[in-house]
Amino acid sequence: MKNIKVLGTGCANCKAALKLIGDVAKAQGVEIALEKVEDMAAIVGYGVLSTPGVVVDGKVVHAGGVPSREKVLGWLA
Amino acid sequence: MSAKETSAPWLAGTALAIAAWWLAYGHLAALSAAAVRLSGVDPGTPLGSALDFFVFESPKVLLLLAIIVFFMGIVQTFVSPERTRAILSGRRLGIGNVLAAGLGVVTPFCSCSAIPLFIGFLQAGVPLGVTFSFLISAPMVNEVALTLLFGLLGWKVAGLYLALGLTVAVVSGLVIGHLGMEDSLEDWVRALQHSPASGGTSEAPRTWAERIRAGLAHDREIVGKVWPYILLGVGVGAGIHGYVPQNFMAAFMGKNVWWAVPAAVLIGVPMYSNAAGIIPVVQALLAKGAALGTVLAFMMSVIALSAPEMIILRKVLKPRLIAVFAGVVAAGILLVGYVFNAVL
Repeated sequence: MKNIKVLGTGCANCKAALKLIGDVAKAQGVEIALEKVEDMAAIVGYGVLSTPGVVVDGKVVHAGGVPSREKVLGWLA
Repeated sequence: MSAKETSAPWLAGTALAIAAWWLAYGHLAALSAAAVRLSGVDPGTPLGSALDFFVFESPKVLLLLAIIVFFMGIVQTFVSPERTRAILSGRRLGIGNVLAAGLGVVTPFCSCSAIPLFIGFLQAGVPLGVTFSFLISAPMVNEVALTLLFGLLGWKVAGLYLALGLTVAVVSGLVIGHLGMEDSLEDWVRALQHSPASGGTSEAPRTWAERIRAGLAHDREIVGKVWPYILLGVGVGAGIHGYVPQNFMAAFMGKNVWWAVPAAVLIGVPMYSNAAGIIPVVQALLAKGAALGTVLAFMMSVIALSAPEMIILRKVLKPRLIAVFAGVVAAGILLVGYVFNAVL
């Protein structure tokens, strides 16, 4: 099971990214462990410069803005 | 996934859309005049004058914004925050501040990522003063503010705002840099300074199709968010145009009111509006006798010195540095206001 983390402190885009990933996973029938990381020190620890950031299995795959649906599909594949 | 996608249809579509835009923009004055005539309201009345303003200005500003934000979205595919950081890393005060303020205009920036960006810059060895120049310029000098100023007040005022905004950002960053206030960073941030972070980049668009799509996405994100503020702002502006007597504002915000500039800055701090809502109101105030310097100072204060942003920054800065930051930027804005009122 993939572990996906959304890094962000609660801006509108961060919530949208979290929801999008959850929705796409559900639609695809893929089970994932989805968490939201709000602790600033932890976010900074991943080295992203803009939020929301997305971490898949410990690796940063996206930073800044809501990712596109195709991108999310790519992470789940 | 989009490697196979060819860019030609996207480029052709963009050219077509720009032609349509040009046609609509060129005929806007005639269309809005016709609409006002159809409404049957006498243009000589206050209501007529308000309606005239609203019907012409709101589509004009929205059209301008749509095209400029689209092109900014494309420009931003070339300038990621990561690239900006690489350019600024290890720069000295001076040239570094100028570069940082300039890059602040074109680098994608959202105030909700101010902290990761701030720390990411310091980690990569961007000096504190240079980082501040970026942090001041990025929200204050942005394409939405510049487009609205251009659309409502002309290119001269837009140009002045750009030049003065950059100057305030450069000078404030230089002052903060020379004060050597690294000890006023919160301790956990100091511990991270000069400790290069691991990776953390997302792949950037490469083809023109992807860049154009990024431009459209930027339009959806920005224009999709600010259009209600613009309509509201133009509506309030229209009301002022129609119903507030000529020269009414001169008594409070005129050139000869010495306390108007500091009052404008103070009133601006707790206000947290985006430029989109505030500029149409500002335009109407100017038409009723407010002085340009006072009005520009008010705008800069609303956008650059916002209480919510201070609260966010408190997580990484000790109160002393926040006070210096606010004080230096406020002093710069005051100076801009007074100089303008004296010169123009």
